[in-house]
Amino acid sequence: MIMPLIKGLQITISHMFKKPVTLQYPTERPDVKPGFRGLHALNVSHDKAKCVACYLCPTVCPAKCITVEAGEDANHDKYAAKYEIDMLRCIFCGYCVEACPVDAIRMTEQFELANYSRADFTYTKDRLLEKK
Amino acid sequence: MDTLILGLPVAYYIAMVAKVLVAFVFVLLTVAYATYAERKIIGHMQVRLGPMRTGWHGLLQPIADGVKLFFKEEIVPSQASKFAFLIAPLVALIPAFISFAVIPFGDTITIGGYTVPLQIAAYYDQAGKQVFDINVGVLYILAMASLGVYGIVLAGWASNSKYSLLGGLRSAAQMISYELAAGLAIISVFMLSESLSLHKIVADQAGGAWYAFKQPLAFVIFFICSLAEINRTPFDLPEAETELVSGFCTEYSSMKYAMFFMAEYANMITVCAVTTTLFLGGWHGPAFLPGWFWFIAKVYFLIFVCMWVRATYPRYRYDQLMRLGWKVFLPLTLVNVMATGLWVMFISK
Repeated sequence: MIMPLIKGLQITISHMFKKPVTLQYPTERPDVKPGFRGLHALNVSHDKAKCVACYLCPTVCPAKCITVEAGEDANHDKYAAKYEIDMLRCIFCGYCVEACPVDAIRMTEQFELANYSRADFTYTKDRLLEKK
Repeated sequence: MDTLILGLPVAYYIAMVAKVLVAFVFVLLTVAYATYAERKIIGHMQVRLGPMRTGWHGLLQPIADGVKLFFKEEIVPSQASKFAFLIAPLVALIPAFISFAVIPFGDTITIGGYTVPLQIAAYYDQAGKQVFDINVGVLYILAMASLGVYGIVLAGWASNSKYSLLGGLRSAAQMISYELAAGLAIISVFMLSESLSLHKIVADQAGGAWYAFKQPLAFVIFFICSLAEINRTPFDLPEAETELVSGFCTEYSSMKYAMFFMAEYANMITVCAVTTTLFLGGWHGPAFLPGWFWFIAKVYFLIFVCMWVRATYPRYRYDQLMRLGWKVFLPLTLVNVMATGLWVMFISK
């Protein structure tokens, strides 16, 4: 009965001399691993978004957070006239990236997505393009 | 120097006031920084850092906590018994501090030809070269230690809340169960010292002849029972947050809550100081450092042990707590008293 109690004390005292795992967050930055699924970004090719508005991403999205509206550009090509992601609904599953046939969307390492108003959580096409 | 007030020299009164102030301020500071030390030590034992932001390595954290508690809203429940509700924190706090009146935190020091005993309630006979302190000092400490429970029970009852009441009642039951074993553990020390004066008990332990070595069982049981008496983990059932929200202090806020908090830590320091005095040779230690240093070092070590224990063990269940007190510690201390008595009667004489 007494030995387990002493063993417990040994374990706690040995932990005291280990290096703490705490990350002093705002000053110390976390080491974001490859494959991390953060904020989305729309890929750009020839100064235009690669997106062809095929609607595969809103279809596959389990949280129904992506809104796409197709438009026709000067060359009679289909493009996304509107591409919005509601970050309050997004679950960061990455299915949109997997579904995209033209590699138009990817996920960045950015994870600090706090904002002050609800409207700011709606990421429009412009805001998604900004993240290169 | 030769002026007498009520038959005592002026220097006696000056020394008394100085001792009271130094001891009180020192205990208060220790209380404040014990909270910081506890968070740091438990943090590191859980491979965390503990407070880091307030000042260098969080050193100003106790001050920030104090200021925060001071400015919190005073809340008195509408159905509470107001007078008892207000007086309870004081009843809990004051006994925690006044035990220090009899604890010797050093031998004697001589300032300007006047010798002062480093114990508040003590008198040094300058002619006879002898320290006189309260000859029932240990009884006084036991009495004050039991007074503290009134504050907790009163707080529990006056809050008029079921959680508070349960916490207060648990505290009372726990106190009674563990006070018996703690008292019996001390009795075996009295049998060896043949005195209740704390100064005499410490003086007897000179040269490394600590009672912890002569009475290891009594030492361990007294320390564990003390932890139970001051409601510290693993015996913190009166404020078990998993079942009682916060126990007796559920309804308290602001400075009244801070007083319970201070009482808890002051009690811890008192208990560690009493254990040091009774079992760890008080101020005795290698002579290259003054006695008060060794006393403080031993007390701080015991406080560290309290925190270490808190970081290690989960809380006892209520029936386990009662079984441990009545069926394990009480018989063990009785056997210890018997064995010590037989040893004193037949072997040591």
